[in-house]
Amino acid sequence: MLEQLCGFNGMDMKRIYLDHASSMPIDPLVLKFAMPFLTKNYENPSSLYSGGLETKRAIEESREKIAELINAENTNNIIFTSSATESNNLAIKGTALRNIRNGKNILASAIEHISVLNPMKELQKNGYNFDIIPVDSNGIVDLNKLENLLTNKTIITSIMYANNEIGTIEPIKKISKIIHENGKYLHVDATASAGRIPIDVQDQEIDLLTISSNDMYGPRGASALYVKQGIKIQSILPGGGQERGLRSGTENVFSIAGMGEAARLANNNMNKENYRLKNIRDKLIHEILKIDEAYLTGHPNKRLPNHASFRFSHIEGESILLNMDMFNIQISTGSACSSKTLEPSHVLLAIGLKHEEAHGSMVITLGRSNTLEQAPEIVKVVKETVNRLRKLSPLTNLR
Amino acid sequence: MTKQIGYSKKVMEHFMNPKNVGIIEKPDGYGKVGNPVCGDLMEIFIKVKDDIIDDIKFKTFGCGSAIATSSMVTELAKGKNIDEAMKITRNDVADELDGLPPQKMHCSNLAADALQEAIKDYKKKEEIGDKK
Repeated sequence: MLEQLCGFNGMDMKRIYLDHASSMPIDPLVLKFAMPFLTKNYENPSSLYSGGLETKRAIEESREKIAELINAENTNNIIFTSSATESNNLAIKGTALRNIRNGKNILASAIEHISVLNPMKELQKNGYNFDIIPVDSNGIVDLNKLENLLTNKTIITSIMYANNEIGTIEPIKKISKIIHENGKYLHVDATASAGRIPIDVQDQEIDLLTISSNDMYGPRGASALYVKQGIKIQSILPGGGQERGLRSGTENVFSIAGMGEAARLANNNMNKENYRLKNIRDKLIHEILKIDEAYLTGHPNKRLPNHASFRFSHIEGESILLNMDMFNIQISTGSACSSKTLEPSHVLLAIGLKHEEAHGSMVITLGRSNTLEQAPEIVKVVKETVNRLRKLSPLTNLR
Repeated sequence: MTKQIGYSKKVMEHFMNPKNVGIIEKPDGYGKVGNPVCGDLMEIFIKVKDDIIDDIKFKTFGCGSAIATSSMVTELAKGKNIDEAMKITRNDVADELDGLPPQKMHCSNLAADALQEAIKDYKKKEEIGDKK
Protein backbone atom coordinates (compact mmCIF):
# COMPACT_ATOMS: atom_id res chain seq x y z
CA MET A 1 0.00 0.00 0.00
CA LEU A 2 2.72 2.42 1.08
CA GLU A 3 4.85 1.55 -1.90
CA GLN A 4 1.97 2.05 -4.26
CA LEU A 5 1.41 5.48 -2.74
CA CYS A 6 5.06 6.34 -3.04
CA GLY A 7 5.44 5.44 -6.65
CA PHE A 8 8.81 3.67 -6.48
CA ASN A 9 7.28 0.31 -7.22
CA GLY A 10 3.92 1.54 -8.37
CA MET A 11 5.53 3.57 -11.15
CA ASP A 12 4.93 2.44 -14.71
CA MET A 13 7.90 0.15 -15.29
CA LYS A 14 8.40 1.31 -18.84
CA ARG A 15 8.49 4.96 -17.89
CA ILE A 16 11.97 6.47 -17.64
CA TYR A 17 11.91 9.62 -15.54
CA LEU A 18 14.99 11.80 -16.07
CA ASP A 19 13.87 15.09 -14.55
CA HIS A 20 14.74 14.67 -10.87
CA ALA A 21 15.91 18.29 -10.63
CA SER A 22 12.36 19.50 -11.07
CA SER A 23 10.56 17.00 -8.85
CA MET A 24 11.22 13.81 -6.94
CA PRO A 25 8.96 11.19 -5.41
CA ILE A 26 8.98 11.00 -1.63
CA ASP A 27 11.06 8.12 -0.23
CA PRO A 28 8.65 5.43 1.15
CA LEU A 29 10.67 5.32 4.39
CA VAL A 30 10.32 9.09 4.73
CA LEU A 31 6.57 8.91 4.15
CA LYS A 32 6.24 6.15 6.74
CA PHE A 33 8.26 8.19 9.21
CA ALA A 34 6.35 11.44 8.71
CA MET A 35 2.83 10.14 8.08
CA PRO A 36 1.78 10.23 11.78
CA PHE A 37 2.25 14.01 11.75
CA LEU A 38 -0.58 14.28 9.23
CA THR A 39 -2.92 11.96 11.13
CA LYS A 40 -2.19 11.12 14.80
CA ASN A 41 0.22 13.85 15.87
CA TYR A 42 -1.46 16.92 14.49
CA GLU A 43 -0.97 19.17 17.51
CA ASN A 44 0.47 22.64 17.06
CA PRO A 45 4.15 22.65 18.11
CA SER A 46 3.50 25.93 19.95
CA SER A 47 0.98 24.24 22.26
CA LEU A 48 2.30 23.39 25.68
CA TYR A 49 0.34 20.18 26.32
CA SER A 50 2.03 16.84 25.72
CA GLY A 51 0.90 16.45 22.10
CA GLY A 52 2.33 19.84 21.21
CA LEU A 53 5.61 18.95 22.88
CA GLU A 54 5.77 15.83 20.75
CA THR A 55 5.42 17.72 17.46
CA LYS A 56 7.88 20.32 18.75
CA ARG A 57 10.31 17.49 19.47
CA ALA A 58 9.87 16.17 15.90
CA ILE A 59 10.89 19.57 14.53
CA GLU A 60 13.96 19.73 16.76
CA GLU A 61 15.00 16.22 15.76
CA SER A 62 14.72 17.23 12.13
CA ARG A 63 16.89 20.25 12.82
CA GLU A 64 19.56 17.94 14.26
CA LYS A 65 19.52 15.68 11.21
CA ILE A 66 19.87 18.63 8.85
CA ALA A 67 22.64 20.19 10.93
CA GLU A 68 24.46 16.88 10.68
CA LEU A 69 24.06 16.70 6.88
CA ILE A 70 25.88 20.02 6.39
CA ASN A 71 28.02 19.93 9.57
CA ALA A 72 26.41 23.03 11.08
CA GLU A 73 28.00 24.02 14.40
CA ASN A 74 24.66 24.33 16.18
CA THR A 75 21.15 23.04 15.49
CA ASN A 76 19.81 26.54 16.29
CA ASN A 77 21.36 27.74 13.06
CA ILE A 78 18.79 25.86 10.98
CA ILE A 79 15.60 27.77 10.12
CA PHE A 80 12.70 25.98 8.46
CA THR A 81 10.77 27.66 5.65
CA SER A 82 8.24 26.43 3.09
CA SER A 83 10.39 26.20 -0.04
CA ALA A 84 13.86 26.80 -1.43
CA THR A 85 12.44 29.94 -3.03
CA GLU A 86 11.48 31.21 0.40
CA SER A 87 14.86 30.28 1.90
CA ASN A 88 16.64 32.17 -0.89
CA ASN A 89 14.38 35.18 -0.36
CA LEU A 90 14.94 35.11 3.40
CA ALA A 91 18.70 34.77 2.99
CA ILE A 92 19.00 37.66 0.55
CA LYS A 93 16.37 40.14 1.65
CA GLY A 94 16.73 39.23 5.33
CA THR A 95 20.48 39.82 5.28
CA ALA A 96 20.45 42.89 3.04
CA LEU A 97 17.69 44.65 5.00
CA ARG A 98 19.10 43.85 8.44
CA ASN A 99 22.65 44.89 7.53
CA ILE A 100 21.92 47.98 5.46
CA ARG A 101 24.13 50.10 7.72
CA ASN A 102 27.16 48.13 6.54
CA GLY A 103 26.49 48.74 2.87
CA LYS A 104 24.05 48.42 0.02
CA ASN A 105 26.05 46.39 -2.47
CA ILE A 106 24.78 42.94 -3.40
CA LEU A 107 26.25 40.36 -5.80
CA ALA A 108 25.10 37.18 -7.51
CA SER A 109 26.55 34.93 -10.19
CA ALA A 110 24.97 35.07 -13.64
CA ILE A 111 23.72 31.48 -13.33
CA GLU A 112 21.83 31.77 -10.04
CA HIS A 113 18.29 30.46 -9.83
CA ILE A 114 15.54 32.96 -10.53
CA SER A 115 14.56 32.84 -6.82
CA VAL A 116 17.95 34.41 -6.06
CA LEU A 117 18.10 36.84 -8.97
CA ASN A 118 14.58 38.22 -8.54
CA PRO A 119 14.87 39.17 -4.83
CA MET A 120 18.17 40.86 -5.74
CA LYS A 121 16.44 42.79 -8.54
CA GLU A 122 13.73 43.79 -6.10
CA LEU A 123 16.37 45.14 -3.72
CA GLN A 124 17.96 46.98 -6.65
CA LYS A 125 14.66 48.76 -7.29
CA ASN A 126 14.76 49.85 -3.67
CA GLY A 127 18.17 51.48 -3.88
CA TYR A 128 20.66 48.62 -3.50
CA ASN A 129 23.53 48.27 -5.99
CA PHE A 130 23.24 44.90 -7.68
CA ASP A 131 26.06 43.47 -9.79
CA ILE A 132 26.27 40.16 -11.62
CA ILE A 133 29.42 38.04 -11.60
CA PRO A 134 30.04 36.37 -14.97
CA VAL A 135 30.91 32.69 -15.42
CA ASP A 136 33.19 30.96 -17.94
CA SER A 137 32.00 28.68 -20.74
CA ASN A 138 31.87 25.76 -18.28
CA GLY A 139 29.77 27.73 -15.82
CA ILE A 140 32.54 28.34 -13.24
CA VAL A 141 32.32 31.73 -11.50
CA ASP A 142 35.00 34.18 -12.67
CA LEU A 143 37.04 34.60 -9.48
CA ASN A 144 38.94 37.68 -10.73
CA LYS A 145 35.71 39.47 -11.60
CA LEU A 146 34.31 38.47 -8.22
CA GLU A 147 37.32 39.99 -6.50
CA ASN A 148 37.00 43.18 -8.56
CA LEU A 149 33.32 43.57 -7.82
CA LEU A 150 33.64 43.04 -4.06
CA THR A 151 33.90 46.11 -1.83
CA ASN A 152 33.67 46.60 1.91
CA LYS A 153 30.07 47.67 1.20
CA THR A 154 29.15 44.27 -0.31
CA ILE A 155 26.86 42.83 2.33
CA ILE A 156 25.76 39.67 0.55
CA THR A 157 27.06 37.60 -2.35
CA SER A 158 25.03 34.65 -3.59
CA ILE A 159 26.71 31.78 -5.45
CA MET A 160 25.09 28.41 -5.97
CA TYR A 161 26.83 25.23 -4.83
CA ALA A 162 26.01 23.46 -8.10
CA ASN A 163 23.88 24.58 -11.01
CA ASN A 164 20.60 22.80 -11.72
CA GLU A 165 20.66 23.36 -15.50
CA ILE A 166 24.28 22.58 -16.39
CA GLY A 167 25.38 20.58 -13.32
CA THR A 168 28.58 22.59 -12.74
CA ILE A 169 29.92 22.53 -9.15
CA GLU A 170 31.42 25.86 -8.03
CA PRO A 171 34.71 26.14 -6.08
CA ILE A 172 32.89 27.31 -2.94
CA LYS A 173 35.88 27.16 -0.59
CA LYS A 174 37.93 29.46 -2.85
CA ILE A 175 34.93 31.73 -3.30
CA SER A 176 34.25 32.05 0.43
CA LYS A 177 37.93 32.95 1.06
CA ILE A 178 37.74 35.75 -1.51
CA ILE A 179 34.45 37.04 -0.15
CA HIS A 180 35.58 37.05 3.46
CA GLU A 181 38.72 39.01 2.57
CA ASN A 182 36.72 41.79 0.95
CA GLY A 183 32.97 41.60 1.38
CA LYS A 184 30.74 40.42 4.15
CA TYR A 185 28.50 37.34 3.79
CA LEU A 186 28.30 34.43 1.35
CA HIS A 187 24.93 32.83 0.65
CA VAL A 188 25.05 29.47 -1.11
CA ASP A 189 22.00 28.00 -2.81
CA ALA A 190 22.50 24.25 -2.38
CA THR A 191 19.08 23.21 -3.67
CA ALA A 192 20.51 20.99 -6.42
CA SER A 193 23.35 19.60 -4.30
CA ALA A 194 22.42 19.15 -0.63
CA GLY A 195 21.94 15.47 0.14
CA ARG A 196 23.68 14.61 -3.13
CA ILE A 197 27.29 15.69 -2.61
CA PRO A 198 29.10 16.42 0.68
CA ILE A 199 28.68 19.93 2.07
CA ASP A 200 30.49 21.21 5.15
CA VAL A 201 29.46 24.76 6.06
CA GLN A 202 32.22 25.10 8.66
CA ASP A 203 35.07 23.84 6.51
CA GLN A 204 33.84 25.74 3.45
CA GLU A 205 33.09 28.86 5.51
CA ILE A 206 29.57 29.31 4.22
CA ASP A 207 27.49 31.99 5.98
CA LEU A 208 24.02 31.13 4.70
CA LEU A 209 22.93 27.94 2.90
CA THR A 210 19.63 26.97 1.25
CA ILE A 211 18.57 23.31 1.38
CA SER A 212 15.48 21.82 -0.24
CA SER A 213 13.46 18.87 1.05
CA ASN A 214 12.01 17.57 -2.21
CA ASP A 215 15.45 17.57 -3.85
CA MET A 216 16.49 14.75 -1.50
CA TYR A 217 13.30 12.63 -1.65
CA GLY A 218 11.63 14.55 1.17
CA PRO A 219 8.10 15.97 1.00
CA ARG A 220 7.42 19.31 -0.65
CA GLY A 221 6.54 22.25 1.55
CA ALA A 222 9.77 22.26 3.54
CA SER A 223 13.16 23.84 3.09
CA ALA A 224 15.86 24.98 5.46
CA LEU A 225 18.11 28.00 5.66
CA TYR A 226 21.35 27.65 7.57
CA VAL A 227 22.44 30.94 9.12
CA LYS A 228 25.89 30.96 10.69
CA GLN A 229 26.12 31.79 14.37
CA GLY A 230 26.34 35.54 14.92
CA ILE A 231 24.89 36.66 11.58
CA LYS A 232 21.88 38.87 12.06
CA ILE A 233 19.08 38.63 9.55
CA GLN A 234 15.60 40.07 9.46
CA SER A 235 12.32 38.22 9.05
CA ILE A 236 10.51 38.72 5.76
CA LEU A 237 7.35 37.07 7.10
CA PRO A 238 6.44 38.62 10.45
CA GLY A 239 3.78 37.05 12.63
CA GLY A 240 3.62 34.71 15.61
CA GLY A 241 7.39 34.44 15.96
CA GLN A 242 8.04 30.79 15.11
CA GLU A 243 11.58 29.78 14.07
CA ARG A 244 13.28 32.27 16.40
CA GLY A 245 11.08 35.01 15.01
CA LEU A 246 12.69 34.63 11.57
CA ARG A 247 9.89 32.70 9.92
CA SER A 248 6.42 33.01 11.38
CA GLY A 249 3.57 30.66 10.57
CA THR A 250 2.50 27.37 12.14
CA GLU A 251 5.12 24.80 11.25
CA ASN A 252 4.41 22.19 8.57
CA VAL A 253 5.40 19.36 10.87
CA PHE A 254 4.82 16.58 8.34
CA SER A 255 7.12 18.12 5.75
CA ILE A 256 9.70 19.30 8.27
CA ALA A 257 9.92 15.90 10.01
CA GLY A 258 10.06 14.21 6.60
CA MET A 259 12.81 16.55 5.43
CA GLY A 260 14.97 15.62 8.44
CA GLU A 261 14.53 11.92 7.81
CA ALA A 262 15.24 12.45 4.10
CA ALA A 263 18.44 14.27 5.03
CA ARG A 264 19.52 11.43 7.31
CA LEU A 265 18.88 8.80 4.63
CA ALA A 266 20.55 10.90 1.93
CA ASN A 267 23.60 11.31 4.16
CA ASN A 268 23.82 7.56 4.78
CA ASN A 269 23.37 6.57 1.13
CA MET A 270 25.35 9.38 -0.50
CA ASN A 271 28.58 7.62 -1.45
CA LYS A 272 26.95 4.47 -2.74
CA GLU A 273 24.26 6.33 -4.69
CA ASN A 274 26.78 8.76 -6.16
CA TYR A 275 28.92 5.93 -7.45
CA ARG A 276 25.86 4.30 -9.03
CA LEU A 277 24.55 7.47 -10.65
CA LYS A 278 27.95 8.57 -11.93
CA ASN A 279 28.19 5.28 -13.80
CA ILE A 280 24.88 5.88 -15.56
CA ARG A 281 25.68 9.56 -16.15
CA ASP A 282 29.06 8.82 -17.74
CA LYS A 283 27.59 6.11 -19.95
CA LEU A 284 24.89 8.52 -21.19
CA ILE A 285 27.37 11.34 -21.81
CA HIS A 286 29.74 9.03 -23.65
CA GLU A 287 27.02 7.64 -25.93
CA ILE A 288 25.04 10.83 -26.55
CA LEU A 289 28.15 12.83 -27.49
CA LYS A 290 28.65 10.37 -30.37
CA ILE A 291 25.70 12.08 -32.08
CA ASP A 292 26.78 14.59 -34.73
CA GLU A 293 26.91 18.17 -33.44
CA ALA A 294 25.92 17.17 -29.91
CA TYR A 295 27.70 19.07 -27.17
CA LEU A 296 27.90 18.80 -23.39
CA THR A 297 26.81 21.91 -21.50
CA GLY A 298 28.47 22.66 -18.16
CA HIS A 299 31.75 21.39 -16.76
CA PRO A 300 33.10 18.09 -18.17
CA ASN A 301 34.04 16.69 -14.73
CA LYS A 302 33.24 19.21 -11.99
CA ARG A 303 29.57 18.31 -12.27
CA LEU A 304 26.82 16.77 -10.17
CA PRO A 305 26.93 12.95 -10.20
CA ASN A 306 23.33 12.74 -11.44
CA HIS A 307 23.55 15.46 -14.08
CA ALA A 308 24.02 15.18 -17.85
CA SER A 309 23.13 18.19 -20.01
CA PHE A 310 23.51 18.72 -23.73
CA ARG A 311 22.72 20.87 -26.69
CA PHE A 312 22.03 19.73 -30.24
CA SER A 313 22.47 22.01 -33.25
CA HIS A 314 19.57 22.78 -35.63
CA ILE A 315 16.72 21.57 -33.41
CA GLU A 316 14.59 23.02 -30.64
CA GLY A 317 14.25 21.83 -27.04
CA GLU A 318 10.49 21.76 -26.59
CA SER A 319 10.25 19.47 -29.61
CA ILE A 320 12.91 17.24 -28.06
CA LEU A 321 10.93 17.11 -24.80
CA LEU A 322 7.62 16.31 -26.52
CA ASN A 323 9.16 13.70 -28.79
CA MET A 324 10.94 11.94 -25.90
CA ASP A 325 7.73 12.02 -23.85
CA MET A 326 5.93 10.13 -26.62
CA PHE A 327 8.43 7.34 -25.92
CA ASN A 328 7.76 7.62 -22.17
CA ILE A 329 11.03 9.35 -21.29
CA GLN A 330 10.84 12.65 -19.40
CA ILE A 331 13.64 15.20 -19.76
CA SER A 332 13.93 18.95 -19.33
CA THR A 333 15.06 21.77 -21.61
CA GLY A 334 16.19 25.37 -21.34
CA SER A 335 14.56 26.33 -24.62
CA ALA A 336 12.54 29.53 -24.83
CA CYS A 337 9.40 27.77 -25.97
CA SER A 338 9.20 25.77 -22.78
CA SER A 339 9.56 28.78 -20.49
CA LYS A 340 6.93 31.19 -19.23
CA THR A 341 8.96 34.21 -20.37
CA LEU A 342 9.61 32.81 -23.88
CA GLU A 343 13.29 33.64 -23.33
CA PRO A 344 15.93 30.91 -23.51
CA SER A 345 17.59 29.92 -20.22
CA HIS A 346 19.69 32.72 -18.70
CA VAL A 347 22.16 30.05 -17.59
CA LEU A 348 22.82 28.88 -21.16
CA LEU A 349 23.23 32.47 -22.34
CA ALA A 350 25.60 33.16 -19.41
CA ILE A 351 27.95 30.35 -20.50
CA GLY A 352 28.17 32.07 -23.87
CA LEU A 353 25.69 30.17 -26.02
CA LYS A 354 23.91 32.05 -28.77
CA HIS A 355 20.11 32.13 -28.65
CA GLU A 356 19.80 29.61 -31.49
CA GLU A 357 22.21 27.28 -29.65
CA ALA A 358 20.42 27.61 -26.31
CA HIS A 359 17.11 26.63 -27.95
CA GLY A 360 18.41 23.10 -28.59
CA SER A 361 19.18 22.10 -25.02
CA MET A 362 18.32 18.90 -23.15
CA VAL A 363 18.83 18.30 -19.42
CA ILE A 364 18.91 14.85 -17.82
CA THR A 365 18.87 14.60 -14.02
CA LEU A 366 19.08 11.05 -12.71
CA GLY A 367 17.66 9.61 -9.52
CA ARG A 368 16.89 6.42 -7.63
CA SER A 369 14.44 5.13 -10.23
CA ASN A 370 17.15 5.04 -12.89
CA THR A 371 19.38 2.07 -13.69
CA LEU A 372 22.31 1.38 -15.98
CA GLU A 373 20.04 -1.03 -17.86
CA GLN A 374 17.92 1.93 -18.99
CA ALA A 375 20.90 3.62 -20.69
CA PRO A 376 20.66 1.89 -24.10
CA GLU A 377 16.94 2.71 -24.39
CA ILE A 378 17.55 6.36 -23.41
CA VAL A 379 20.39 6.70 -25.93
CA LYS A 380 18.29 5.08 -28.65
CA VAL A 381 15.36 7.43 -28.11
CA VAL A 382 17.63 10.51 -27.94
CA LYS A 383 19.27 9.49 -31.24
CA GLU A 384 15.93 8.89 -32.94
CA THR A 385 14.52 12.15 -31.62
CA VAL A 386 17.48 14.24 -32.78
CA ASN A 387 17.48 12.52 -36.14
CA ARG A 388 13.75 12.98 -36.75
CA LEU A 389 13.75 16.66 -35.76
CA ARG A 390 16.82 17.36 -37.86
CA LYS A 391 15.09 15.85 -40.90
CA LEU A 392 12.28 18.36 -40.31
CA SER A 393 14.65 21.27 -39.79
CA PRO A 394 15.42 23.74 -42.59
CA LEU A 395 18.81 24.32 -40.92
CA THR A 396 20.12 20.95 -42.09
CA ASN A 397 20.30 19.25 -45.47
CA LEU A 398 19.03 15.95 -44.11
CA ARG A 399 16.13 14.43 -45.99
CA MET B 1 -15.29 23.83 -19.06
CA THR B 2 -11.82 23.11 -17.70
CA LYS B 3 -9.11 25.24 -19.24
CA GLN B 4 -7.13 23.32 -21.83
CA ILE B 5 -3.74 22.30 -20.48
CA GLY B 6 -0.92 21.83 -22.96
CA TYR B 7 -1.39 20.76 -26.56
CA SER B 8 -4.52 19.23 -28.11
CA LYS B 9 -4.49 15.65 -29.36
CA LYS B 10 -4.55 16.96 -32.92
CA VAL B 11 -1.44 19.10 -32.37
CA MET B 12 0.40 16.06 -31.03
CA GLU B 13 -0.74 13.94 -33.99
CA HIS B 14 0.59 16.50 -36.47
CA PHE B 15 3.77 16.93 -34.39
CA MET B 16 4.48 13.20 -34.33
CA ASN B 17 3.34 12.46 -37.91
CA PRO B 18 3.65 15.69 -39.86
CA LYS B 19 2.31 15.73 -43.41
CA ASN B 20 4.15 17.07 -46.49
CA VAL B 21 7.62 17.27 -44.98
CA GLY B 22 10.50 18.07 -47.31
CA ILE B 23 11.53 20.42 -50.06
CA ILE B 24 10.52 20.88 -53.70
CA GLU B 25 13.38 21.40 -56.13
CA LYS B 26 12.71 24.44 -58.33
CA PRO B 27 9.44 25.40 -56.62
CA ASP B 28 6.97 27.82 -58.22
CA GLY B 29 6.77 29.66 -54.92
CA TYR B 30 8.95 29.75 -51.80
CA GLY B 31 8.17 31.35 -48.44
CA LYS B 32 10.34 31.68 -45.36
CA VAL B 33 9.40 33.25 -42.04
CA GLY B 34 10.85 33.34 -38.53
CA ASN B 35 14.40 33.27 -37.31
CA PRO B 36 16.43 30.58 -35.53
CA VAL B 37 17.43 33.21 -32.94
CA CYS B 38 13.78 33.43 -31.87
CA GLY B 39 13.39 29.67 -31.92
CA ASP B 40 11.13 29.27 -34.97
CA LEU B 41 11.96 29.09 -38.64
CA MET B 42 9.64 27.83 -41.39
CA GLU B 43 10.09 27.25 -45.08
CA ILE B 44 7.23 26.41 -47.46
CA PHE B 45 7.60 25.29 -51.08
CA ILE B 46 4.70 25.19 -53.56
CA LYS B 47 4.09 23.85 -57.06
CA VAL B 48 1.16 25.53 -58.85
CA LYS B 49 -0.80 24.12 -61.79
CA ASP B 50 -3.68 26.17 -63.32
CA ASP B 51 -3.76 28.40 -60.23
CA ILE B 52 -4.20 25.34 -57.99
CA ILE B 53 -1.63 24.37 -55.36
CA ASP B 54 -0.62 21.05 -56.83
CA ASP B 55 2.14 20.17 -54.38
CA ILE B 56 3.35 21.68 -51.13
CA LYS B 57 6.20 20.83 -48.76
CA PHE B 58 7.63 22.33 -45.60
CA LYS B 59 10.65 22.32 -43.31
CA THR B 60 10.45 23.73 -39.81
CA PHE B 61 12.80 24.40 -36.92
CA GLY B 62 10.87 25.06 -33.75
CA CYS B 63 8.65 23.84 -30.97
CA GLY B 64 5.75 21.40 -31.10
CA SER B 65 3.19 23.93 -32.29
CA ALA B 66 5.57 25.32 -34.93
CA ILE B 67 5.82 21.86 -36.48
CA ALA B 68 2.12 21.03 -36.09
CA THR B 69 0.93 24.32 -37.61
CA SER B 70 3.30 23.86 -40.55
CA SER B 71 1.92 20.41 -41.21
CA MET B 72 -1.68 21.65 -40.86
CA VAL B 73 -1.27 24.62 -43.20
CA THR B 74 0.12 22.39 -45.94
CA GLU B 75 -2.89 20.11 -45.53
CA LEU B 76 -5.29 23.07 -45.71
CA ALA B 77 -3.61 24.58 -48.77
CA LYS B 78 -3.08 21.47 -50.87
CA GLY B 79 -5.47 21.39 -53.83
CA LYS B 80 -6.77 24.89 -53.17
CA ASN B 81 -6.89 27.78 -55.61
CA ILE B 82 -4.04 30.18 -54.78
CA ASP B 83 -6.40 33.10 -54.06
CA GLU B 84 -8.36 30.96 -51.62
CA ALA B 85 -5.18 29.60 -50.04
CA MET B 86 -4.00 33.18 -49.59
CA LYS B 87 -6.98 33.73 -47.28
CA ILE B 88 -5.96 31.01 -44.81
CA THR B 89 -5.25 32.78 -41.53
CA ARG B 90 -3.30 31.92 -38.41
CA ASN B 91 -6.61 31.48 -36.61
CA ASP B 92 -7.86 29.01 -39.24
CA VAL B 93 -4.76 26.89 -38.64
CA ALA B 94 -5.13 27.06 -34.84
CA ASP B 95 -8.86 26.21 -35.07
CA GLU B 96 -8.19 23.19 -37.29
CA LEU B 97 -5.75 21.97 -34.62
CA ASP B 98 -8.45 22.30 -31.93
CA GLY B 99 -6.70 25.37 -30.54
CA LEU B 100 -3.21 26.29 -29.35
CA PRO B 101 -2.07 27.37 -25.88
CA PRO B 102 -2.38 31.21 -25.64
CA GLN B 103 1.38 31.87 -25.48
CA LYS B 104 1.83 29.87 -28.71
CA MET B 105 -0.71 31.82 -30.76
CA HIS B 106 1.83 34.48 -31.74
CA CYS B 107 5.34 33.10 -31.69
CA SER B 108 4.78 29.62 -33.07
CA ASN B 109 1.85 30.13 -35.35
CA LEU B 110 3.71 31.46 -38.37
CA ALA B 111 2.77 28.76 -40.84
CA ALA B 112 -0.03 30.76 -42.52
CA ASP B 113 2.44 33.63 -42.96
CA ALA B 114 4.95 31.30 -44.60
CA LEU B 115 2.27 30.04 -46.99
CA GLN B 116 1.29 33.61 -47.92
CA GLU B 117 4.95 34.44 -48.55
CA ALA B 118 5.19 31.42 -50.86
CA ILE B 119 2.07 32.50 -52.80
CA LYS B 120 3.33 36.08 -53.09
CA ASP B 121 6.63 34.74 -54.38
CA TYR B 122 4.74 32.67 -56.97
CA LYS B 123 2.69 35.70 -58.09
CA LYS B 124 5.79 37.85 -58.38
CA LYS B 125 7.47 35.25 -60.57
CA GLU B 126 4.33 35.00 -62.70
CA GLU B 127 4.28 38.78 -63.26
CA ILE B 128 7.90 38.78 -64.31
CA GLY B 129 7.11 35.84 -66.56
CA ASP B 130 4.17 37.71 -68.16
CA LYS B 131 6.26 40.78 -68.89
CA LYS B 132 8.81 38.64 -70.67
